[in-house]
Amino acid sequence: MERHYLLGNEAIAHACLESPVDFVSGYPGTPSSEVIDVLRSRPDRTYYIEWSVNEKVALENALAAAWCGLRALCTMKHVGLNVAADPLMTSAYTGVTGGLVIMSADDPFAHSSQNEQDSRCYAHFSRLPCLDPSTIQEAHDMIRDAFTLSEEFGLPVIFRPTTRICHSKGDIELGNIEQSTRKGEFKKDPKQYVVIPANTRPLHKKLNEKQPGIKKRLVEKGYNSFTIKGKKAVIASGIAATYVQELLPSNISFMKIGAYPIDESWLSGFVRKHEEVVVIEELAPEVEEQVLQVAGLVNVIGKKNGYVPYEGELSPQSVAAILVKSGILPTNPYPEVSPVQNLPPRPPILCAGCLHRATFYAIKRVFKDAIYPSDIGCYTLGLQLGVVDTTICMGASITVASGIAHSGETRDVICTIGDSTFLHTGIQGLLNAVYNGANITVVILDNRITAMTGHQPNPNTGITACGIVTNPVSLNALCRACGVTFVETVNPYDITSTMNALKEAQSRKGVKVIIARQQCVITAKRTGVKRARYTVDSDTCNGCGTCVRFGCPAIEMVNEKARITELCSGCTVCAQLCPTGAIVREGKK
Amino acid sequence: MKKSFDILIVGIGGQGTILASNILGEACLIEARRVKGAETHGMAQRGGSVESHIRIDGKFGPLIPPGQADLLISFDLLEALRYFHYLKRGGSLVVNRHLVLPTSVYMQKIEAPTEDGIVATLSQYNPCILDADQIAQEAGSPLSQNVVMLGAASRIIPLKFESLLKAVKNLVPKKTIEINTRAFEMGVQAAAKCYS
Repeated sequence: MERHYLLGNEAIAHACLESPVDFVSGYPGTPSSEVIDVLRSRPDRTYYIEWSVNEKVALENALAAAWCGLRALCTMKHVGLNVAADPLMTSAYTGVTGGLVIMSADDPFAHSSQNEQDSRCYAHFSRLPCLDPSTIQEAHDMIRDAFTLSEEFGLPVIFRPTTRICHSKGDIELGNIEQSTRKGEFKKDPKQYVVIPANTRPLHKKLNEKQPGIKKRLVEKGYNSFTIKGKKAVIASGIAATYVQELLPSNISFMKIGAYPIDESWLSGFVRKHEEVVVIEELAPEVEEQVLQVAGLVNVIGKKNGYVPYEGELSPQSVAAILVKSGILPTNPYPEVSPVQNLPPRPPILCAGCLHRATFYAIKRVFKDAIYPSDIGCYTLGLQLGVVDTTICMGASITVASGIAHSGETRDVICTIGDSTFLHTGIQGLLNAVYNGANITVVILDNRITAMTGHQPNPNTGITACGIVTNPVSLNALCRACGVTFVETVNPYDITSTMNALKEAQSRKGVKVIIARQQCVITAKRTGVKRARYTVDSDTCNGCGTCVRFGCPAIEMVNEKARITELCSGCTVCAQLCPTGAIVREGKK
Repeated sequence: MKKSFDILIVGIGGQGTILASNILGEACLIEARRVKGAETHGMAQRGGSVESHIRIDGKFGPLIPPGQADLLISFDLLEALRYFHYLKRGGSLVVNRHLVLPTSVYMQKIEAPTEDGIVATLSQYNPCILDADQIAQEAGSPLSQNVVMLGAASRIIPLKFESLLKAVKNLVPKKTIEINTRAFEMGVQAAAKCYS
């Protein structure tokens, strides 16, 4: 079999082609996005695929497809599962006839997320089976089994890779791509699909009765396995299992957990053969709590007694330290080293020529002493510019703004939200703010794409996930339909006009919306937009620093004079800000 | 216990660390060797500090622990300093003599190390420092800087020269094969001075 060097998400996508999948939906979110990005860009696809407007919408679409007997995949990041939690919980009651796999990608260490929640807890909560890969190869193989398991038990299956699976790479053995022969057909069955109280009570019982069979099958599948070597054991799950396997001495027993729910009697049989068991897993103590329930007098080492952290991501070095502290390893194979101190940090920043930086600049100039609720997207980086005061979850800028405005706060409240986030869960907040008479200004940062997660199209872009041209939504009409009477669209590269629109909004009562519209510089570049670069006339530059304080990565100070590098995308904003007129178009002096 | 050859490639989002790591992965496939890798995706790429871990003959996890890398390839001087502690004692260091100051230097007025200062700090560890941007420019495109750096490090990487070159040809855009082949070979030549 041929091997390929693939990103985890590429291997997962390929496994969907092998299964084969019939229906795919999802909302972009790091680290899950590449699965749909890979599947949607295949020219030979026979499956239906969409980027949905949010995760609840995505899951309900996929659930319906599975009710029609199709194999459906729904992808999202862990926090997206909160948005989809409503259909998730009851889909466990209704079940499915086709295979439904819900990929909820977790992000321990919150590399690119607002929290570190553990999707295994949702599996526990909903009583749905959950597969948790520890390697990319396993992630690939699990996807194929996930569809079969889903069909066998008539339940959605949660697939929970973490960032270190989705965004790591390995040499992967792939199977053959299959063509589906399934045709969707909805068979009416109100007792199954209409969850009125009389129907839902027996469905709940049915869900509970499925549990023992699931546990037994998961052990048979081999995703939970062990080898007995001595009186001490390590139990590990997820990527941490590979860190343990690399270091484990030959006299220590090892159990790997890759699937939930865990069969208690099988677990108990292993645990009770040992005197001491160390449980190593990322985030919630899902395995550890199960082990404690069956441990009896066996000593259990883990999170509850302070050996393993509840938060963050485990690493080879942190796992090594746990193994040393718990007496499994005599010495640490990775002695501690210290990094060079006091280096200037290089966090991610808004691109040179990003519309958000220009908009934030204008907001800060006009709304000097104001509250700035914001939202989730590239523009959360506006924190570095001092114009992001709150971020909690998708769509929570407008709601937090109206809540603050209704709380008696006397300063102006001006919030920022991206186009994709507005369409995800922002509209309801706007509707609510207008209906309840909030005094706020809402700036929709409209770059016409879902940029942060890798430039996925949304209803505002004018194309579908498959590249088919579609009618873009009118944000202006949408806001007016919500009852907003002041809706102004501005080009944020034109600083004066943007500031004038903001001043006008500031002078009015009620909910005011400003749509700051300009293409994302990355998509602009990809679509062939070419603008002349700008340069500094060093004779005119007096080194005042106004331009570098704007924060554009294309501007630097060399020998007390500003200099514009090749990163310049020609947005012209710095030229508008320069008090001496020293910044001019390249070749035009 | 440790049997893999661990390489850390670091740089700034947009410099092509991911392509460089893919080339190494492809070269491993050509030689039918096992390989694991991990890299920075998503928002962190936007001009931020990025890292790619590659473990040739790796069978377990994709991450290299600090102090364990056999080779550190840095596309920027400041990033070489930031990740320097990942290198094991006696490990090899290949650095592009190129310094982009992060905007934090201007926005938060943090004192920035100078190019000469960084070179002085690194030189205690016998690094191979080359001007990969200049070489890439001469090869035909400044974008081939990452391939120049791979060429420069190729002597230390336990993969055949032919496998690496074939991997470069397989993975770079078709129109740029000639430029990148030249970039790789010029990288090899530029680094020859480090190992004479």
